[in-house]
Amino acid sequence: MGLIRRNPAFTPLLLLAPGLLWLAAFYVAPNVQMFASSFWNGTLEGGFSFSLANWTNYPDALIKYQEQYLRSIEYGFVATLLCFAIAFPLAYFIAFKGGRARNVLLFLVVAPFFTSYLLRTIGWRTILGDDSIILGPLKALGVVAPEARILDTPFAVIAGIAYNFIPFMILPIYVSLEKIDRRLLEAAQDLYASGWGSFRRITLPLAIPGVFAGSLLTFIPAIGDFINAELLGNPGTTMIGNVIQRQFLVVRDYPTAAALSFMLMILILAGVALYARLLGTEELTSTAI
Amino acid sequence: MADVDVRLVDVTKRFGDQVAVDGITLDVTDGEFFTLLGPSGCGKTTTLRMIGGFEQPSSGTIELQGRDVTNLPPYERDVNTVFQSYALFPHLSIFENVAFGLRRKHVKGDEVKQRVGEALELVQLVGYEARKPGQLSGGQAQRVALARALVNRPAVLLLDEPLGALDLKLRKQMGIELKRIQREVGITFVYVTHDQEEAMTMSDRIAVMNKGRYEQLAGPETLYERPATRFVAGFVGASNLLEGRVGSDGDMWTVTLPSGAVVRAPKSLGDIGSAGAIGVRPEKLALLEPGQESRGNRLDGVVVDTSYLGVITQYVVEGDGGLRLLVSEQNVDRTTRSDTWRPGERVALTWKPDHGFVVGDSAKA
Repeated sequence: MGLIRRNPAFTPLLLLAPGLLWLAAFYVAPNVQMFASSFWNGTLEGGFSFSLANWTNYPDALIKYQEQYLRSIEYGFVATLLCFAIAFPLAYFIAFKGGRARNVLLFLVVAPFFTSYLLRTIGWRTILGDDSIILGPLKALGVVAPEARILDTPFAVIAGIAYNFIPFMILPIYVSLEKIDRRLLEAAQDLYASGWGSFRRITLPLAIPGVFAGSLLTFIPAIGDFINAELLGNPGTTMIGNVIQRQFLVVRDYPTAAALSFMLMILILAGVALYARLLGTEELTSTAI
Repeated sequence: MADVDVRLVDVTKRFGDQVAVDGITLDVTDGEFFTLLGPSGCGKTTTLRMIGGFEQPSSGTIELQGRDVTNLPPYERDVNTVFQSYALFPHLSIFENVAFGLRRKHVKGDEVKQRVGEALELVQLVGYEARKPGQLSGGQAQRVALARALVNRPAVLLLDEPLGALDLKLRKQMGIELKRIQREVGITFVYVTHDQEEAMTMSDRIAVMNKGRYEQLAGPETLYERPATRFVAGFVGASNLLEGRVGSDGDMWTVTLPSGAVVRAPKSLGDIGSAGAIGVRPEKLALLEPGQESRGNRLDGVVVDTSYLGVITQYVVEGDGGLRLLVSEQNVDRTTRSDTWRPGERVALTWKPDHGFVVGDSAKA
């Protein structure tokens, strides 16, 4: 206390301290440790040794698993697009037409979170199963062939990812739509913009920050996800997350697993930087407030 | 006779079982600065929003330049609005904000540039084209809102308390500015405000609204000198209303006050009805020593409060019978004495009968 009174400049530091300590202990330290282990060689039984000469772990891993990287990007991208296509109209409806039901609707959006991620994904096995409530009746009616299946296909994996992460798309878009001043839309109409015109010129541009945040919050976990590919896919739908998980926990090839993780991280960071530049979000968020 | 730009015929607006606007009929003529004045909740903004197309009347019709627009959406009406909150588009530059309406009407690029330039010149904001609304002060934002509406050269410009968010000094400045701009462009202005001073300085005609209808529609001078109802007398400037038993004496109305004193006003000032009153503005009253001779109306009383306000001194005088009157006296050449009157002194109040006014039975008391 005496310290603060003598020097007020310490106050922000003190307030930041718990968060900084948390980050240092649980983010920076493990990352440093991981980065170091990506330069190891050896085995769990024989012991690992560090050498900068082991940078070849990176190209080796990349060449070996490039297929899974590309697949992860593809699945993540398609799932994010799917989320956007579903989330935007939904968020728009809740924000503009939700009225008093707004909070109930928002609760319904997050309600699935009250069940474990794993359980929800396993639930999808039942829904998408070969004689499930979806395929069963369709097969009985002869709409689809008896041997048709959804489970264990890329479609099932992408659908599972989209389902699991869609709240992260809906909520930020909702927030940015909800805070749009309705009088701006009246002003646009006053200036001869039709309903569609004012949506395109006013609502959509002002919702961009929400779309940006939502697609990052969806795409980043989606690209690293392994649960959906594990439970809803087949050996041909393996994503990079599955590889990393197996290298760490089954094969115990820590150097390869660490190198794969770092390359995934760099890939995502580069993608985000590019995306931010494309949408010009910095300027938007600073003036929309 | 000038052309009618806006015509409301028996326009009513209900929200649920609330009547916001109650059967208004009025004409606004071409090039006029027309003001809807009233307290909050009187229906003035709802009336404006119906002209703009943001609300649909429950009944009645709205015409713009002879064309029935009652059921047209805002973007098909030849009117533009300056919103109280300005409602500038935060993601667009000042130039694009002003150009918004022109672009929707597919005006050519060169012409857009020229007209936006002219509009910004009119509101004295040349050089601000590239800024964003977030970088403007309140007064500047207000002027951009004005330019954004005027650039479209609408038949009628609607202004919804456009000065409400500005501080007093800026408000007065912008008021004068608005009047200048209106004269310069010659567009009909329909202006909504609750500030009677603002209304008085700018308007050609004012409709004083109360409870969904207007109580009087007249020029500023008439509203002040000849308010027709108790509400107008109280809302536009300060008034002393003398209530009592109404009578008639030749060409004079008489009101016998509870104290027994009788005051008079010429019948030519208006109809007093059976329950009206005679009123007089504070500055038309003269203060005299109790014994002094006077002609015209006269009331005796005691000074209970004195406030020196620079240009004038304001007194509250309690007349016999408990009636309180507001008196303001210019601080120049006091005719009766050189000093201000002090609380506790007995005085006589006098005024010429034709300096008063007559309010009739209120339509809705």
